Amino acid sequence: MERLDWSGLPQVLPTLWSGMQITLQITLLAIVLGIVCGTVLATMRLSGVKPLAYFANLFVTVFRSFPLVLVLLWFFLLIPQLLQALLRIPATTDIRLVSAMVAFSLFEAAYYAEIIRAGIQAVPRAQFNASLALGMRYVQVMRLVVLPQAFRAMLPLLLTQAIVLFQDTSLVYVIGLADFFRSATNIGDRDGTAVEMVLFSGLVYFLICGATSGIVKLLQKKAVR
Amino acid sequence: MAYHWNWGIFLQPVSTGEASTYLGWLWSGLANTVALSLAAWIIALLVGLGMGILRSLPDRRLAAIGTLYVILFRNIPLIVQFFLWYIVLPELLPKAAGDWFKSLAPLLQFYTASILCLGLFTAARVCEQVRAGLNALPRGQQAAGLAIGLSLTQVYRFILLPVGLRLIVPPITSEFLNIFKNSAVASTIGLLELSAQARQLVDFTAQAYESFIAVTIAYGAINLSVMYLMHWLERKTRFPGYQGAK
Repeated sequence: MERLDWSGLPQVLPTLWSGMQITLQITLLAIVLGIVCGTVLATMRLSGVKPLAYFANLFVTVFRSFPLVLVLLWFFLLIPQLLQALLRIPATTDIRLVSAMVAFSLFEAAYYAEIIRAGIQAVPRAQFNASLALGMRYVQVMRLVVLPQAFRAMLPLLLTQAIVLFQDTSLVYVIGLADFFRSATNIGDRDGTAVEMVLFSGLVYFLICGATSGIVKLLQKKAVR
Repeated sequence: MAYHWNWGIFLQPVSTGEASTYLGWLWSGLANTVALSLAAWIIALLVGLGMGILRSLPDRRLAAIGTLYVILFRNIPLIVQFFLWYIVLPELLPKAAGDWFKSLAPLLQFYTASILCLGLFTAARVCEQVRAGLNALPRGQQAAGLAIGLSLTQVYRFILLPVGLRLIVPPITSEFLNIFKNSAVASTIGLLELSAQARQLVDFTAQAYESFIAVTIAYGAINLSVMYLMHWLERKTRFPGYQGAK
């Protein structure tokens, strides 16, 4: 331990913070888009309309079958031109950030879809039928009756998945995007402090994730009572 | 699109002068992924089973060891754990041990660090499943076992584990699928497994689509074989009378 040198840490904190901002940007965007798309996919899957259910099923299966590292590489190496054309991004923007955001949003949508589907199925079927009998449309039943209850029950699971997602964003390392962890290892390579930087970033992730999952546990206990 | 498809590229010899074709690279990537995942799986099962049993024990202090293990390994991203094993640990070990590790052949270093890292990471998830399985059993079974004079070890050996472990076969097998997916992170410390070969193939052949399609198919093949195996195992071990048994 006495061989470690922490004296350079204060000077690199600003760089690490800007890396953390990238990490948080990707995480927040993927949580929001993931839950929105995940909800759409889950309702498609349960809608009983064959083509919709089939498409949602295929989407979820594909993204859950392959490693996130590979999915990130797909989006980074194969689809940038397509993304640029579709989203009308000026050629000057960092395509790595955009492709990482799209990859994470779609990847997480597949995982959120499964959580949300289980949550919807946990709401008693009779409520669904009763609402239809009252004359509501499918979309109304979902929006007014089923989803509010499902989301309240799913909250701990959704948050746990968000913590997993926060940790997974560190995999943008493979496409060279300077998020928190990649910034740390870049500094480590430059200053010869790789050991200190990896230890420090591990500690930061541990504290953030540990504290957040502690809060989720408390929420769960409250919900049970 | 002016893209020239060329599937024949896989049969061409590699341009580095090695005695191999690009298909050979793909194959060695697949072999590394499978070897790493299987070796790590053995560690994950053994450590996960031990920690899961610890967490379910009545002794609070022993249970706390299991809980700490899970908290530690689940709250640090997998890629950071890979770097901790590969870069940090050799520096923190006594100097002689660290130097010995660094004197090993690179491939051996990658493998040692990756197997330990992936195995112990997955063990934390296996541990949670084992604990859930043991908790799912009615509490009266342990009490009844103790009441008829069995020791705690015998209660676990003859009553709790035989039933509990059969109950958790489905979730455990899905962890088995995960370990193959997570093994892709080993590419970041330099192990040339499947996903790393995808990049190398693109760099050397400039045939991005063929390379990625081939690697994706390889992962798909792993997935299908594992699911087939899981299905067979789940049918074999299904416990009549419990949820999920038909």
